[in-house]
Amino acid sequence: MKLRLPLALCFIFGIVMIVQFFIPHPPFTDMYDKLINWTMIISIPALIIGLSSLIQLHYTRIVRKTPNMPYSIITFISMAFMAIVGLIFGVGEGTIFEWIFKNIQIPMQATMFSLLAFFIASAAYRAFRARTLEATLMLVTAVVVMLARVPIGSFLWQTIMPDAVLQWKENLPEDVASWILNVPSMAARRGIILGISLGAIATSIKIILGIERSYMGVGE
Amino acid sequence: MGFWEKIGSFDRRYIFILIALTVIVPLLIPIGMPITITKEVKSVYDYIDELPPGSAILVSMDFDPAALAELYPMSIAVLKHAYTKKVRVIGMTLWITGTSLGDIIMREAAEGIAEQDKDYTYLGFVPSGAMAIMRMGEDITAVFKTDYNQKPISQIPAMRGIKNYKDISLIIDLAAGSTPEAWIAYAGSPHKVPIAAGVTAVSAVGYYPYLNAGQIVGLIGGMKGAAEYEKLVQARGRASIGMDSQSMAHLAIILLIIIANISYFVVRRKNRRVEET
Repeated sequence: MKLRLPLALCFIFGIVMIVQFFIPHPPFTDMYDKLINWTMIISIPALIIGLSSLIQLHYTRIVRKTPNMPYSIITFISMAFMAIVGLIFGVGEGTIFEWIFKNIQIPMQATMFSLLAFFIASAAYRAFRARTLEATLMLVTAVVVMLARVPIGSFLWQTIMPDAVLQWKENLPEDVASWILNVPSMAARRGIILGISLGAIATSIKIILGIERSYMGVGE
Repeated sequence: MGFWEKIGSFDRRYIFILIALTVIVPLLIPIGMPITITKEVKSVYDYIDELPPGSAILVSMDFDPAALAELYPMSIAVLKHAYTKKVRVIGMTLWITGTSLGDIIMREAAEGIAEQDKDYTYLGFVPSGAMAIMRMGEDITAVFKTDYNQKPISQIPAMRGIKNYKDISLIIDLAAGSTPEAWIAYAGSPHKVPIAAGVTAVSAVGYYPYLNAGQIVGLIGGMKGAAEYEKLVQARGRASIGMDSQSMAHLAIILLIIIANISYFVVRRKNRRVEET
């Protein structure tokens, strides 16, 4: 029963969702609306689970007095403070919540992400080597796209090239980058998307038919 | 250790300093690089520009402060364009960490040109992305009962006559993740509502198949895309200013790659000669 009930529910609801797509009329449309509402309601506890997991992790760190314990304390204080401030004073225009978000969270998060530029530059210097034909192709493509996707590509082209060349091609770097993005890159990407989609369809059918049961912890 | 060996194992702190300088100096001393308009950005601009006054667009700002450098100027430019064209704007987000951000951006873009509730509204965050997109196709008020400021939807003039995607002229997803794919699959294709995407430069490449298949009307990619849009709306903003820095940083990285490769080949040749002797 513990195994059959979830399998039966999965099969019934899976079939209903497929059927409603081909028959968009009552009662299937009503069932579709209800099922979507249920799914949205079910997904909300995921936020609670995430929150409880975060609390559990940092609580354990504090209890065990790990070296990073002060950061866990800061996490708790920040979390509680933002929740209290938001609940008491609101989250809209001119509130303390918005002030903290604007002046602390936004600069901090933007700074963390900005650090990527430095690490990417360092990684590119160390790892981008023309060791093989494939690596060389990738390197040349990356350089062309990097140059052409910012104004300096066309600026250099139009500054260096003589008028005769410019009359033939006004902005060659941009044209080449555009071709790379619209032809070989897009073809590869399209193949990946189709592959993923076919895989998702196959897996979904296997789940609906009860062949794939790993989501219930079976076979682990 | 010879010169090229030293170059090959360069201390990365020098690279950090170089990148910092290439970013900071052009901000202090602007070069004013010319910005060329690409057709994918122009398509989005043209689509909004041709919308009749009073029509409504849905702008989903699915990003957090991490992607602010690219998506903030993009959002401001797109919203300002819509506001000046008197197109009603309905804002929302599928990213919980972007909830306040969406509200701030909508208000900042509206300063002096649009009025909250009358010309635009911000509905806030809704969980379970794809499901919310699907449900909104039937009834937006089934997902959002109130706006971000807890005002009932029925009392918001900007939402008058809007029930679902049939009443929306365009959906623009300004995203740092893969949400445009969900908008295309669950709103664009089944409900035949036009979709446009504004994404970070790193993920822009992934949306060309959708662009070429006509599943999105246009694509704004990264800070360059935002700068192009700023140029189209004739409002020089953060993206246009940042273009000089981004250009110089790209150039610096390219030069570093070239130097590193010269070093690699010189050292390899030297090592082979040593092995042969």
